[in-house]
Amino acid sequence: MLDLPFLADTMTKLLAAVPTTLALFGLSVSGGAVLAIGLAMMRVSGNPFLDRPARAYIYVFRGSPLLIQMFLLYYGLSQFPAVRHSFAWPVLRDPFACATISLALCTGGYAAEIFRGGILSVPAREVEAARSIGMSGVLLWRRIIAPIALRQALPAYSTEIILMVKSTALASLVTVWEVTGVAQRIIAQTYRSMEVFLCAALIYLVLNFIIARIVALIEYRLSPHLRPRPDTTAARTANAA
Amino acid sequence: METLGLIGFGTGGWGALLVAGAAMTFAVTLGALAVGAVLGTLVATAKLSKSRLARILGDAYTTVFRGVPELLVIYLIYFGGSTGLTALARLFGQEGFWGMPAFVSGALAVGVISGAYQAEVYRGSFLAVGKGELEAARAIGMPVWLRFRRIVAPQVMRFALPGLGYVWQLNLKDSALVSVTGLAELMRTSQMAAGSTHRYFLFYVVGGALYLVLTSLSGRVFDSAEARMAKTFPRGIGRS
Repeated sequence: MLDLPFLADTMTKLLAAVPTTLALFGLSVSGGAVLAIGLAMMRVSGNPFLDRPARAYIYVFRGSPLLIQMFLLYYGLSQFPAVRHSFAWPVLRDPFACATISLALCTGGYAAEIFRGGILSVPAREVEAARSIGMSGVLLWRRIIAPIALRQALPAYSTEIILMVKSTALASLVTVWEVTGVAQRIIAQTYRSMEVFLCAALIYLVLNFIIARIVALIEYRLSPHLRPRPDTTAARTANAA
Repeated sequence: METLGLIGFGTGGWGALLVAGAAMTFAVTLGALAVGAVLGTLVATAKLSKSRLARILGDAYTTVFRGVPELLVIYLIYFGGSTGLTALARLFGQEGFWGMPAFVSGALAVGVISGAYQAEVYRGSFLAVGKGELEAARAIGMPVWLRFRRIVAPQVMRFALPGLGYVWQLNLKDSALVSVTGLAELMRTSQMAAGSTHRYFLFYVVGGALYLVLTSLSGRVFDSAEARMAKTFPRGIGRS
């Protein structure tokens, strides 16, 4: 029943596509995070001229499916001769670049709201305390607001990161040969859909498991104040003895 | 002018088909929400159960269906279902390939994913129901089913509503992926319109705008349902 040589061969081919999936994931998550920081700052600025555009951006990118955003960027923009003759064409012609950009634009909208929640959770007294000793501007953000906000936002952001790993599969629909794309190509040659898709599913599960562990580790490192204190009395008794 | 004609309702206009596509998207999502409600309740019950095996199975379900790309789940259900259906047809002496109906496989696939998310929503809501209320109901001798109907279900629904609104939005957007099986929902219709007129930009913008209409209108429905719930349960935040 189990065709082990076929499964091993499929696994080898799919694993060869993992770097493409990881590149899509890494580039789009980091690009999206930079975008999200900007959008979140605009949202909390209190200035309507900054807040409104950020709000509109988040509404559009969270309210429509990523697939249609990706198709709009890849097929939609190339329709115009002006785009085809512009400096941006080498980028917009490339399916990998298009997929990465649309993934980043989409996650930017979701992550902006997560970061905004984190920033709003920073207690006012901490900011006041920092201001009262003369801290302001970049230093205030770097030392007080950003670390507390990040700690608050991390659990929600880890969910968004896992969703992004899964979203990279959509790149296969604009002909990027990442794991799902390669899986489809193998199926087109062998007609054995179930075995190949199950192998691909396994790869995504393992990837997500590893990424979830890494985020959990970061969360642990960032919250020493929530851990129980090391048992000093036990150590003291041991020393005395 | 020509653009208006293309997205309008006259001859050569794609308006009617796009609206039909949006209705199909809504129908798939509604079906998925229903499938997910049944699966989610079962999985949440399994995850809260005293039996270790049931807990492991429940955890496995949510881990798998929240960890595998939606697109793969849709492919798996569509192709897997068709393979199963063909085998079944052969058993009854029918020849040839039997495909899954795209609507059924789409609602089932998105529903299976929805179930994984809904299970977490129901589990959290159940844990938020006051223990004292359950004990009180038991103390006056309420049988299990009555207790579920009068005490557990209304409160779980109330606590679950915001989470369900989130799951609904997720499903609505996931349903766009069902287009890969050829179902003429909004995404697929936009693709067809774009392809046959070569006005890709126009039709993807219009399709995206229709998705925005769907997500914001249904978001408003959930908001007002929440407001109504808050009125029938005039209490502070959570239980008190």
